Amino acid sequence: MSELRDQIQAVIESAPVAVFMKGTPQAVMCGNSDRALRALYALGAPVTAVDVLPDPAIRQELSALSGWPTIPQVFVKGELIGGADIVEELHASGELERKLEAALGEAAHAGTVEVAVVAA
Amino acid sequence: MANELLEARLHASFPEAAEITVLDRTGGGDHFHVTVVSTRFGGLPLLEQHRLVNESLAGLLRDGTIHELRITTKGTA
Repeated sequence: MSELRDQIQAVIESAPVAVFMKGTPQAVMCGNSDRALRALYALGAPVTAVDVLPDPAIRQELSALSGWPTIPQVFVKGELIGGADIVEELHASGELERKLEAALGEAAHAGTVEVAVVAA
Repeated sequence: MANELLEARLHASFPEAAEITVLDRTGGGDHFHVTVVSTRFGGLPLLEQHRLVNESLAGLLRDGTIHELRITTKGTA
């Protein structure tokens, strides 16, 4: 098993849309994580979710990597888009859809939901 | 009051702001919605606008004073 930070980095770099959240898509544990997911679902974005709750170190390593202090954190093709407020605002303005399509092409609306697990 | 702590930090970071409001969303004193209207946000991507607010409140996020934070930013000309 590689270092936790390397695993987090690998998800960020490999997932078309990575969502670091509290809980899982099946059992969301936080209103803000839910808001971010809803905006992405509305566009049919291909979501890869990582639950940060099992180990506080996940959140620490993630924030060290991203420079972003709060959860959720949404990445599109490795680029930090923001948290729930930004994702909602970008969705409302149409910019989220443009970003997804520019980064992912037809895969922007694949509608898939996956869970990735990182662990120390 | 945590509200006043947040307001003090934001006023210190954004002395030019036209508006700074801090709302305790749940009444519990640790779920906040802050709004900052400032000329500094004009032309900045939303991510960078929120980053500036996060940086202003970094200490309060780190020490647990803020459990949950919603941010609204607006740029003015």
